Amino acid sequence: MYNFEFVKPSSVDEAVAALRDEDAQPLSGGQTLIPTMKQRLNQPSKLVSLTGIADLVGVSSSGGVLSVGGATPHATVAAEAGDYPALAALAGQIGDPAVRNRGTIGGSLANNDPAACYPSAALASGATIVTNAREIAADDYFQGMFTTALDEGEIITGVKFPIPQAANYQKFEQPASRFALTGVFVAKYADGVRVAVTGASNDGVFRWTEAEEALSANFSPNAISGLTVASDDMISDLHGSAAYRANLVKVLTGRAVAACA
Amino acid sequence: MPKDGIGASPKRREDVRFLTGKGRYTDDINLNGQLYVHFLRADVAHATINSIDTSAAEGMPGVAHVFTSKDFEAVGGLPCGWQVTDKHGQPMQEPKHPIIAEGKIRHVGEIVAAVVADTLGNARDAAEAIELDLTELPAVIDMKKAVQDGATKVHDDLTSNLCYDWGFVEENKAAVDEAFEKASHVTTLELVNNRLVANPMEPRVAVGDYAQHDDSSTLYTTSQNPHVIRLLMGAFVLGIPEHKLRVVAPDVGGGFGTKIFHYAEEAFCTFAAKQLRRPVKWTSSRSEAFMSDAHGRDHVSKIQIALDADNNFTALRTETYANMGAYLSTFAPSVPTWLHGTLMAGNYRTPLIYVNVKAVFTNTVPVDAYRGAGRPEATYQLERCVDKCARELGVDPAELRRQNFIKPDQFPYATPVAVEYDTGNYHATLDKALELADVAGFDARAAESKARGKLRGLGISNYIEACGIAPSNLVGQLGARAGLYESATVRVNATGGIVVMTGSHSHGQGHETTFPQVIADMIGIDASQVEIVHGDTANTPMGMGTYGSRSLAVGGSAMFRATEKIINKAKKIAAHLLEASETDIELKDGQFSVSGTDKSVAWGDVTLAAYVPHNYPLDSIEPGLEETAFYDPANFTYPSGTYICEVEVDEGTGKVDVLNFTAADDFGNVVNPMIVEGQVHGGVGQGIGQAMLENCAYDEDGQLLSASYMDYAMPRASDIPMITVDHSCQTPCTHNPLGVKGCGEAGAIGSPPALVNAVLDALNRNGHAVDHIDMPLSPSRVWSAMNS
Ligand SMILES: Cc1cc2nc3c(=O)[nH]c(=O)nc-3n(C[C@H](O)[C@H](O)[C@H](O)COP(=O)(O)OP(=O)(O)OC[C@H]3O[C@@H](n4cnc5c(N)ncnc54)[C@H](O)[C@@H]3O)c2cc1C
Repeated sequence: MYNFEFVKPSSVDEAVAALRDEDAQPLSGGQTLIPTMKQRLNQPSKLVSLTGIADLVGVSSSGGVLSVGGATPHATVAAEAGDYPALAALAGQIGDPAVRNRGTIGGSLANNDPAACYPSAALASGATIVTNAREIAADDYFQGMFTTALDEGEIITGVKFPIPQAANYQKFEQPASRFALTGVFVAKYADGVRVAVTGASNDGVFRWTEAEEALSANFSPNAISGLTVASDDMISDLHGSAAYRANLVKVLTGRAVAACA
Repeated sequence: MPKDGIGASPKRREDVRFLTGKGRYTDDINLNGQLYVHFLRADVAHATINSIDTSAAEGMPGVAHVFTSKDFEAVGGLPCGWQVTDKHGQPMQEPKHPIIAEGKIRHVGEIVAAVVADTLGNARDAAEAIELDLTELPAVIDMKKAVQDGATKVHDDLTSNLCYDWGFVEENKAAVDEAFEKASHVTTLELVNNRLVANPMEPRVAVGDYAQHDDSSTLYTTSQNPHVIRLLMGAFVLGIPEHKLRVVAPDVGGGFGTKIFHYAEEAFCTFAAKQLRRPVKWTSSRSEAFMSDAHGRDHVSKIQIALDADNNFTALRTETYANMGAYLSTFAPSVPTWLHGTLMAGNYRTPLIYVNVKAVFTNTVPVDAYRGAGRPEATYQLERCVDKCARELGVDPAELRRQNFIKPDQFPYATPVAVEYDTGNYHATLDKALELADVAGFDARAAESKARGKLRGLGISNYIEACGIAPSNLVGQLGARAGLYESATVRVNATGGIVVMTGSHSHGQGHETTFPQVIADMIGIDASQVEIVHGDTANTPMGMGTYGSRSLAVGGSAMFRATEKIINKAKKIAAHLLEASETDIELKDGQFSVSGTDKSVAWGDVTLAAYVPHNYPLDSIEPGLEETAFYDPANFTYPSGTYICEVEVDEGTGKVDVLNFTAADDFGNVVNPMIVEGQVHGGVGQGIGQAMLENCAYDEDGQLLSASYMDYAMPRASDIPMITVDHSCQTPCTHNPLGVKGCGEAGAIGSPPALVNAVLDALNRNGHAVDHIDMPLSPSRVWSAMNS
């Protein structure tokens, strides 16, 4: 690790101000950032901790929308997002207890790891990513592996999830990291079904629109049995070929729908 | 009856220390004025080093010195402890194994330079200022390509990348081939024994120290065999005689073979401490461990079994490519040969066997012994091939095995691959495992799985291993450059307590618990009266350490012999005290008595007399009670057993769940059943790791793809089912005094084929005609096999 400065502000404004320094970076749970710093792959001049900002931590629900503060740890979401059980269940399956007690939703969405779980929930829920500057629709937010609509120095302050009628997340674990080798989040709303896939594509989290159409017409596992998933843009690595991941997308979608019943 | 004698299962006394944070590992050792080394390691697999400019780094804060290969010109390379002779009678090709890369980089992770500084941070900063000028060369990764004509050479001064081409037994080859021509059935299987990284919980650490006042060096290191390191490093690398070199391996957090070998970092720290006159410490990071600990396995094999019309095995032949990596690690050449070829008979009567092994240099981390070492590779080929054979013939895999077993009355049994099994009863362990695993009830369980949409399968494997390593005269003939005896000094104190200084080393095996049980049993005192000292060349007799399931069989036997000497002398003292004839003295429950009388004297009174010799036969025996014995085994020991497991395969994803595992082992006599069961649990856990999860993979440029736990899948608790362990089938070893065979490696040897056989059974029972899947049986591989 290289030397860096550390500040722990208590308000979003102070944090935004602190982030104006060159090479300053927000630090939330540190579960991604700290390991890269230990490996000397990342050299921020200053870390601006977000976890001391009370406004950024917590889960609340009103008017059919579940709001999660940007620095809320996964364990808190698992315990307190009871109004959106599929989201709570997803949070409860991230990493191990140590990771869940420190890692946060804002860190996960800002990082946008192609194998992370939260991006699929945000995209399938049509969530809104709230920052210090604006609100960004999930459909506009995810822009490919490790790439998002966030500007330099912009902080995710919260995420608003419209609560669906039914939802389920199927995570198929990569055997080593236990991140999602492929994960499918299915959410059924009054105006249709949304299906978001993580872990599978070279372009990061994506919506499987053919399945959404089929499931919006008929919300049953059979509805997708005739569909095929193209493997062209799928990730191929040590843990699974592109064809294997394409298969998982379909199998897991069917299982998610079945689990919604 | 002594408390906690042989057969009892006292809890492990060392666990009190470990569980309360009182263990003392090498990284806990910090010496005054200590410096830290950071190794600059190669990030390319193959390159010519044109120049290394360390001048900027030398000037960085806190830097004591930046070492390159130039500093080691007067120092030897790392020695190889075993010379294999090829099928033409020629010695293997043996390249120099430098401490720091000389002129060429040969694998990712090789040490290119070393910065020693006052803090690790300063050393790392300075390492970034080293300027390397490299010319990259094509990497040699695939073994079969490596031995083709014109292949890029890993070592320019060798004739090719072939270390040796070994034929065993070469004289049998023609007869074996002839038997294949006459066979009524031949089963052929090609398979890969996947490369593994041992991943002990404690990474390697070395602390070198030098005392100018008496010109002596001390190395603290994470080793399974401190005396071996002292001999190899002192005599072959640094030129330090034993009396000026002390090697200490304190608590060691797991070895699994990978801490047997003498590594560059150990020699480096010892050497640098003397150069700089300050202690030098290295603690491996996990990332470094992946690219610098010797890897395990990595064989590509073709095996064939010939059968007659009655399904008797008539001949067997194999051809194996064994990856040595870029250099020969300490015992690397012996693993695919003498620890592998000699086990190819397995539990069977196959009369004709020929084993060919081509050991190959590649631009990868050196490969050496890992739990089982050669024996898992032999067992995997054989037990996979027998299973395939049963499927081809449409016969019950258990019965095909039973039919070909060496029969209980055929022991001692000389195999066609040079070893003689002293005892065994393979029918007994097979029957026991079939019963405990409730194989009769399998169909009902399979139907129940099917109702839940899962494919259930059952797999069987037998194994035989050669443990208790090893008879020195025999291994000497086979190319070992060391003896493989073990030693023990038993020191009885004046008030009767005992300290045993053993050359064995415990790094998870529980010697501090089991060794005292043996002495307690022999003398009839409580095990709590006995303490074990190990791990320091300064206070233990020269011994060869712990690996190859040898500690109790060889080290325990040395301790047994030394204790016999103690008892003999104590009887003389007792005879004097009791004014009786020595031949009339009996020792029972810690009391010496004169047979046929009620006259007796307690153990503690005799020991006191030995050290306070007022009433003592000083004219015929010396005072004191301390004896040393060296024990060199007459043969290997041959633990054996049958493993059965059941799995469920998820057809949609290819995911395999291991549902249960049954191990019926014959370890001969068992000293501590709890510890034996724990050893089997651990071995099976690592077998599940190899069969289902672990895969050390390189890309074609020689980059390590699985270089961290993000990509290298270790087994976790949730991957391991409950394991039923039985060791009631006991045919004691006939040639060591304890009748023990060793249990440390069995689980890792016998389990992978059982697991793979179970998955293939699940697929084939359910309409997927799949002959073979290479380990690890990851979901993606299993799914691909079902869908190709
Ligand atoms: C062993 C392990 C297992 C894991 N398993 C999983 C898994 O199964 N599924 C999964 O989804 N994830 C997994 N993770 C990742 C985990 O969820 C992390 O918590 C997450 O990726 C990052 O969150 P963090 O709060 O730790 O962010 P940090 O590491 O603090 O930050 C990550 C990045 O986001 C930036 N950042 C942080 N917060 C904000 C913010 N509010 N606004 C803008 N930028 C911000 C930082 O500057 C940094 O660039 C695992 C991690 C580990 C170590």
